[in-house]
Amino acid sequence: MVEFALPKNSRVKKGRVWKAPEGAKNVRRFHIYRWNPDDGENPRLDTYELDMDDCGPMVLHALIKIKDEVDSTLTFRRSCREGVCGSCAMNINGANTLACTKPIDDYQGDIAIHPLPHLEVVKDLVPDLSNFYAQYAAVEPWLKADSPAPAGKERLQSHEDRKKLDGLYECILCACCSTSCPSYWWNADRYLGPAALLQAYRWLADSRDEATGERLDDLEDPYRLYRCHTIMNCTQVCPKGLNPARAITEIKEMLFARRI
Amino acid sequence: MKDFRTPLKKVEGLGSAHAGSGHWWHQRLTAIVNLLLIVWFAVSVVTLAGADYRTLVWWVKDPVVTVLLTLLIASVFYHLKLGLQVVIEDYVHDEAWKMTSLLLVSFLSAFFALLGIVMVLKISFGG
Repeated sequence: MVEFALPKNSRVKKGRVWKAPEGAKNVRRFHIYRWNPDDGENPRLDTYELDMDDCGPMVLHALIKIKDEVDSTLTFRRSCREGVCGSCAMNINGANTLACTKPIDDYQGDIAIHPLPHLEVVKDLVPDLSNFYAQYAAVEPWLKADSPAPAGKERLQSHEDRKKLDGLYECILCACCSTSCPSYWWNADRYLGPAALLQAYRWLADSRDEATGERLDDLEDPYRLYRCHTIMNCTQVCPKGLNPARAITEIKEMLFARRI
Repeated sequence: MKDFRTPLKKVEGLGSAHAGSGHWWHQRLTAIVNLLLIVWFAVSVVTLAGADYRTLVWWVKDPVVTVLLTLLIASVFYHLKLGLQVVIEDYVHDEAWKMTSLLLVSFLSAFFALLGIVMVLKISFGG
């Protein structure tokens, strides 16, 4: 059955409080999930008080400030700091998003930061994405065609057909959508999740791909695809403004269309 | 315990069941049928309010009403079975429990659907 309570060693305890520097006038408090696999302790929520007059505008700025100036043991992923790499996906005040594109001023009061939900934690805000990436690999996200490419040039596509890939190709695989989905929480071992399915549809929608039937065969499964119950958390949290729920519905409609 | 299987091996699992689109569209089809027939049934019951026993029996004996009532019962219980199946698949992860509850849901929905249909037919064909 579904586990409604965390196992004993996962219960989150109160952690340390790091006070703001003296004289700080504009103080915000960040409660951040901490867990270290090496010390055998339960996870804890550390509180960091930061002077907002001396901090950049995004949540990632606050995290980097903490790591640089307050507590260098805080662990999180980040790279591009402009919403194209997807590394800093995390759960901020209850919703998954990218720390680098989320302004601190979007929130009032304290800010709570946890790792993406329902994934194994490697350390602090770093979740294990192995299963998520394997699901992406499983949809074989590359062009498949038996017809040889025209000699000396690329496979052509009309402007209209190219437009059909808009809203699909922009996905950066940050995992915000999949890890916001209750169906994914309960059945991530068999349900592919919104991110992988959006990418599956990206190839189903490509006019140059000749493996549509095969791809649909592989997706037609009560768990792989049909665990989606159109809850729409995926679409709500996508930091790139994409609509995985819609892509999944399109796949269901393709499967319906070929059986009537 | 480390099992040395790659993440892709685990995701591929036993492969695709090549099923699910039937369940998906039957659920939607029965939803629409339920909507139409339940509105018809509700309107009929309101119209018949206060009628005596004989009038109600005569109403059920009308061939169109018999067919519609039979369809209503079949559709409602089929929809119920499809819906509960999804809930069980979502939340019950112990294989033995899952199998048992799925069989139980199938059996009970078939039982109550047939019970309702037999009752309607008994009235319809009865003297």
